Amino acid sequence: MELLEIKNLTKSFDNKNILEDINLKISSGKIIGLLGKNGAGKTTLIKLINDLLTKTEGEILIKGKNIGVESKKVISYLPERTYLNKQMKVSEVIDYFKDFYDNFDADKARKLLKDLGLDVNQKISKMSKGMQEKVGLVLVMSRNADLYILDEPLGGVDPATRDYILDTILSNFNENASVIISTHLISDIERILDEVIFIDKGKIILQSDADKLRKKEKLSIDEIFRRMFKCS
Amino acid sequence: MEFTFDNNIPIYIQVLEYMKIYLISGVFKCGEKLPSVREFATTFKVNPNTMQRALAELESMNLIYTERTNGKYVTKDTKLISKLKDEYATTLAKSYFEGMKRIGLGKADSIKYLEGIEE
Repeated sequence: MELLEIKNLTKSFDNKNILEDINLKISSGKIIGLLGKNGAGKTTLIKLINDLLTKTEGEILIKGKNIGVESKKVISYLPERTYLNKQMKVSEVIDYFKDFYDNFDADKARKLLKDLGLDVNQKISKMSKGMQEKVGLVLVMSRNADLYILDEPLGGVDPATRDYILDTILSNFNENASVIISTHLISDIERILDEVIFIDKGKIILQSDADKLRKKEKLSIDEIFRRMFKCS
Repeated sequence: MEFTFDNNIPIYIQVLEYMKIYLISGVFKCGEKLPSVREFATTFKVNPNTMQRALAELESMNLIYTERTNGKYVTKDTKLISKLKDEYATTLAKSYFEGMKRIGLGKADSIKYLEGIEE
């Protein structure tokens, strides 16, 4: 059974299709790049998978079951914008997550934060944007989930921190789970991807094994993407 | 050692090349047990699936083998490793001569330059 299966999914706002007839299958043990330009529909798709938006048509199945309360337990989602209460200290947020999610590993979160040189006694509001992003990622990766969905996890961070974040994703990724990373910063993350999904104007243009695509086109994923979606 | 990858070439092929050099240079010796896929993936900073693919490729070339439930080992066939070394050295030598040819130097002259280099 597929970890995630999407069948004929359509989402429209005001009679305009934001996503149109999306069909996808994602199995366990993969790191998948959801790649698309701004406004392609990446975040809408992610919000639908997380049951935060209502679909217009189609089906979204997690391990063969419709999404809902059960799927929220097994999906760990990092939204594009943080929802953390910035007046809280990191340690308070850890307690909050522990109360909220059965599968949250607080010890792991503390260890990762320590590795990243973050102070759990600091208030979120006193942290830089990059530090806040790291905290968000650590919290999400510290849940023992089946599917991790990271929406633009690298947006506001410097290249050195980006490498650190990628390493954190790699070393915390286990073979029973999958990770979907949405981004337009393709060259930074492509080396860790198993599969890529290109999305444009609300449609899936391509789903492929990353190395097979490189072999076929003799180009980087970034370059293939640029050529395919060249603004004319 | 810092590993750099060219995104234009399949990552597993590049990992495979690094692994071949490890075998040729004896970082991992004939018959020696190899680290786990996960350990390798952490070292190279690549996806474990990519590492798995590179190791599968090495295995299909008989350079490593899997002992059931016990992990992966370097081949005991020393000839195979020397053959690999020989091929690799030939490729390096060829590319040196090609480069020299481009600037108008023949084989004899090229060798003189080689002899002039102090190790």
